[in-house]
Amino acid sequence: MYVTHTFKIPRSASSAVEEELQIVSPSKLQVDRVSKTFRGRTGPITALDQVSLRVSEGEFVCLVGESGCGKSTLLNLIAGLERPDSGTVTADGLRVTSPGRERLVMFQEPALFPWLDVLGNVLFGLKMKPNLTPKDRKDVARYYLELVGLTRFERANIHELSGGMKQRVALARALAPNPRMLLMDEPFAALDALTREQLYGDLQEIWEARRKTIIFVTHNVREAACLGDRVLLFSPHPGRIRQEFEIHLPRPRDINSVDLAEHASEITRTLKGFKNGKREVAE
Amino acid sequence: MKRFLWSLLFFAGLVLLWELAVRARIWSPVLLPPPLQVIEYLRSAVADGTLWQASFITVKRLVLGYLIGLIGGVPLGLLTARWRVLHDTMGTLALGLQTLPSVCWVPLALLWFGQSEAAMLFVVVMGTLWSVVIATDTGVRHVPPIYRRAALTMGSKGFHLWLTVILPAAFPFIVSGMKQGWAFAWRSLMAAEIFVTILTGFGLGQLLHYGRELNAMDQVIAIMFVIVMIGLLADKTFFAPVERFLHRRWGTSQT
Repeated sequence: MYVTHTFKIPRSASSAVEEELQIVSPSKLQVDRVSKTFRGRTGPITALDQVSLRVSEGEFVCLVGESGCGKSTLLNLIAGLERPDSGTVTADGLRVTSPGRERLVMFQEPALFPWLDVLGNVLFGLKMKPNLTPKDRKDVARYYLELVGLTRFERANIHELSGGMKQRVALARALAPNPRMLLMDEPFAALDALTREQLYGDLQEIWEARRKTIIFVTHNVREAACLGDRVLLFSPHPGRIRQEFEIHLPRPRDINSVDLAEHASEITRTLKGFKNGKREVAE
Repeated sequence: MKRFLWSLLFFAGLVLLWELAVRARIWSPVLLPPPLQVIEYLRSAVADGTLWQASFITVKRLVLGYLIGLIGGVPLGLLTARWRVLHDTMGTLALGLQTLPSVCWVPLALLWFGQSEAAMLFVVVMGTLWSVVIATDTGVRHVPPIYRRAALTMGSKGFHLWLTVILPAAFPFIVSGMKQGWAFAWRSLMAAEIFVTILTGFGLGQLLHYGRELNAMDQVIAIMFVIVMIGLLADKTFFAPVERFLHRRWGTSQT
């Protein structure tokens, strides 16, 4: 049995806070034949070519591929930060045309606001939720700070935190408005290995506790195998989804386990296959 | 405490040098009065209220004009940063006028407003406004795009985005523009007061000017001293705490 912390809802919390924290409604996503071309220095670059994807409620999907394969572009399209040239992105039956707090993005850089302290950052997204009093919002924010283990640092300035702590704050900030989907763009890439491994554990635990649909972009195959229910492999020029792996390992998964390594090496072999295939064509 | 002692020692040394220079009789005491005579003037000017009144009038003009400059400058800077067409037109105008020493506005102000408070105010506003516009515009342009993207995905947009993300992110730039604006406003007001007699109130600049007319160097030096003190006071009580806060929050402090 998976041992979780019991994340307590603060005792002083009002009923509005309890209600807010009990809402768990992960999102369903459908991407239909989206294409996106950028103007590059040497001519147009097709970042995505007719890419389709379905993600069901509460699923954890990892997008893997070398840099420039369009995986981050796809994430931006799903977030609504960019618009596709053709094709559609639909979340819960509604077409995505602009960013919205149902789909929060966590970036590679923490992107925390230096003019706010830790609590202020976590409160930022919450302030746009109606139906909560300022005190309610603080209770909710503190709940998520506890979830990422930073209760003691709520008054700290951003620059006083380590890289790992910053990403934890960014995670709490992304979770706090209770989005239905979390879009993560290589969020752990800039961290040291030890911190990263700890965060794999935390993220799985939080995912169990809060049940979000998560789309996670990475170029680290092991990371993908550790976190994802499904791993989608991208190939570049033009960006396409080439292959899909389902990972049926029990959770929580340990990044160093042998079973996981087997899955990872299979994925890596396939990735290398793409590259060799391309080289043959080039020759 | 040790730092305070060092500065005390430094300024005591300066006054001592001054006294020695007077005693050495290099210049006539009419041109360089001894420190005690200056202090005596200050005491009498404080006692009969002249100094308070003049300082009050000057500071009132300065603060009022400065606030108008700020209230106009920050939104104007945000507008020029937001719309390219405003940047190319209004922004260029602001850049041009910022390079114009604001004392150059005095003749125009006199013709437009006459020898009135409005003329003084106009000169101070012109000194402040353009620096603040330029600094705000530059500040907004330096906001890392990732902040905007992060805020957008959290559901912030439009006016809310500008008020809660772009403006605070540009704040360090705006503060340095505010400091520059303050310095320009202070200089231009002094120049204007020395130039022009405004009958509705005698400011410090006017006292300085009459000191020269009366050949009362003790008065001239004393007023200069007061002007320096007001400048220092503004810095220590207003700008220094804001800058300390910024350094602490952003983590940019050297010490």
